[in-house]
Amino acid sequence: MQQPQALRRVTDHTLGRHLVVGAVGVVVVVALMSFLGSFRVSQLASFSYLAIAAAGLTVLTGLNGQLSLGHGAFMAIGAYTAAVLQRSDSGLPVVVVLLGAVVVATLVGAVVGMAAARLHGPYLAGATLALAIAVPGLAIFWSDLLGGEQGLTVPLPEVPGWFADAVFFLTATDPSSSRYVAYLAGVALVLVLVLLANVSSSRVGRRWKAVRDDEVAAQLAGIDLGRARVLAFVVSAACAGLAGGLMAFVVRLTAPSGFTLTLSLTLVTAIVLGGLGSLAGALIGAALLTFLPQLATGLGGDLGLTDVQAAELAPLVYGVVMVLVILLAPGGLVGTVRMRQARRAALRAAAAAPAPQHDAPPSSERERSS
Amino acid sequence: MTAVHAEAQHDTGRALLGLEGVTVRFGGITALSEVSLDISEGRVLGVIGPNGAGKTTLFNVACGFQRPGEGRITWKGEQLSRLRPHDLAGLGISRTLQGLGLFERMTVLENVTVGADRHARAGFWSGLLALPGSTREETALRERSMAALAELGIAEHAPRYPGSLPYAIRKKVALARALVVEPELLLLDEPASGLSSDEMAELGELVRGLTDRMAVMLVEHHMDLVMSVCDDIAVLDFGRLIARGTPDEVREDEAVVAAYLGDAVSHADASSDPVAGS
Ligand SMILES: Nc1ncnc2c1ncn2[C@@H]1O[C@H](COP(=O)(O)OP(=O)(O)O)[C@@H](O)[C@H]1O
Ligand SMILES: [Mg+2]
Repeated sequence: MQQPQALRRVTDHTLGRHLVVGAVGVVVVVALMSFLGSFRVSQLASFSYLAIAAAGLTVLTGLNGQLSLGHGAFMAIGAYTAAVLQRSDSGLPVVVVLLGAVVVATLVGAVVGMAAARLHGPYLAGATLALAIAVPGLAIFWSDLLGGEQGLTVPLPEVPGWFADAVFFLTATDPSSSRYVAYLAGVALVLVLVLLANVSSSRVGRRWKAVRDDEVAAQLAGIDLGRARVLAFVVSAACAGLAGGLMAFVVRLTAPSGFTLTLSLTLVTAIVLGGLGSLAGALIGAALLTFLPQLATGLGGDLGLTDVQAAELAPLVYGVVMVLVILLAPGGLVGTVRMRQARRAALRAAAAAPAPQHDAPPSSERERSS
Repeated sequence: MTAVHAEAQHDTGRALLGLEGVTVRFGGITALSEVSLDISEGRVLGVIGPNGAGKTTLFNVACGFQRPGEGRITWKGEQLSRLRPHDLAGLGISRTLQGLGLFERMTVLENVTVGADRHARAGFWSGLLALPGSTREETALRERSMAALAELGIAEHAPRYPGSLPYAIRKKVALARALVVEPELLLLDEPASGLSSDEMAELGELVRGLTDRMAVMLVEHHMDLVMSVCDDIAVLDFGRLIARGTPDEVREDEAVVAAYLGDAVSHADASSDPVAGS
């Protein structure tokens, strides 16, 4: 009796719940971006685009079970698309430029996703790895259009009047272009999280999980494995494309050196640290990767280390955190918290009710007595 | 002796699934050899035979996991030329797997809701935007799934994960996932394996109770269950269909006794313990 009612209360408000969280998120973004110093703001902008890409990747890897070691390639595609559009003197609004980045990454994602849907485990990992290495190479191949090793500088977008007015109203200062970009990145992150939360809790997300857990049973339930996999790939490529587009505006330079294999592996690290398949985990993972190095360097300085020593502290702290998470929280940070909760709930349920009849294992006595 | 030929047709209902002259070869092995078999509405058909006789292969052909080298498959009289496994649910066929194949990282309720996917229409965009239609449909699917769990008496396990449940309950979850499809034909692969005799008796009653809603085809080793639950029995041996008939006919068929049953049948006779009056 209680169960269906409780269920109904939750599911009836999927949109409501996510919108409330989204609105709170936007308020937080506005507050942070308006009142923090410009260094922190640019850090938050970097965090935002990393988190967008990580959120898309955790949906692909965590919910659908496809490991991509090459999502940096889709970020590169988004970034170069945004850079080319922004340099074209067409005066396109930033939002349109970003949409362009999403569209191109989505199209490439569909093609790669169709190939990926046929590959398994190590083959998929290998193919996406190759993609991560090959795509930045294209920038050198087409250096006329894409600027070769030097890359493309990305002109700063103009701050729209309404935005400047609104920020002036809030903070009594005129916002810079980079602050405008940071706002965009923050709001985009909130939007992406709401949409991904929606889709994860929908029929589509359930199908993705079914395909991840058991291919045969998923097919018997009427799920076309290929279509489910391609859709998941496309969604995560779109996120990476948006992330890349934002990155172009935040970094103001789009060059092959920004899209090395390290970027792709950073994304994988972020989602593993946070807990595969969890959007909150992707946020936490991206935050760790963005803020931990600076934090460590700062700490080293406070402890009286030289600058060089402090800089060396960062990868050390980073490695220690990785090892600790893997040892103490093998399900990632969020995954481990959830497992604890589930175990506690099961224990409570077992304690509250006397063991239901069919929980009793079939004893040999019952076997004989029949 | 003549069960194969005389009883080939049971015209009690419309024919649902039909296999005609199906042959499957794996390299040198002929797993199925010109097998013709059909199942009609409201019937329970048991497929038995020694290990390696081709029972699983037969199911795999019926489900589109294995394309036959020769022969054809029909559904309600129409040929299924390019049957793919994910078409089954839409046709109205569901199947349980011998290894259960539960979704281990999804709750029991979610497991069953995946089975209910046949009744869902919401597309990607309405899910992405969490449109009211999508949310309403989700609620309906969950209610449907809860009803399927309740029917098997395992509703209280809805929020649990399969790995935390005893085997018998997990088996019921797999069955609920197949039943929530509301199929016209249910294929059960070794439904009684690992169950106690009480649980097997319960299963027998359940299967008999399904016949007003669907036809059932089952592969099973437990002769008591097969003999008491099935209307018809098909016997496979080395990929050939050597007998097809009612339990009594099959029991007396010499080819069957010689090939396989022997002790099993006389044992089933002696301890005649009909699981469900049929
Ligand atoms: N994928 C396969 N590749 C090669 N041989 C197979 C394959 N599947 C089944 N066989 C062979 O086909 C025969 C029938 O197997 P199967 O249908 O599993 O029998 P049963 O389920 O009745 O025990 C066996 O000899 C088995 O070894
Ligand atoms: Mg078998």
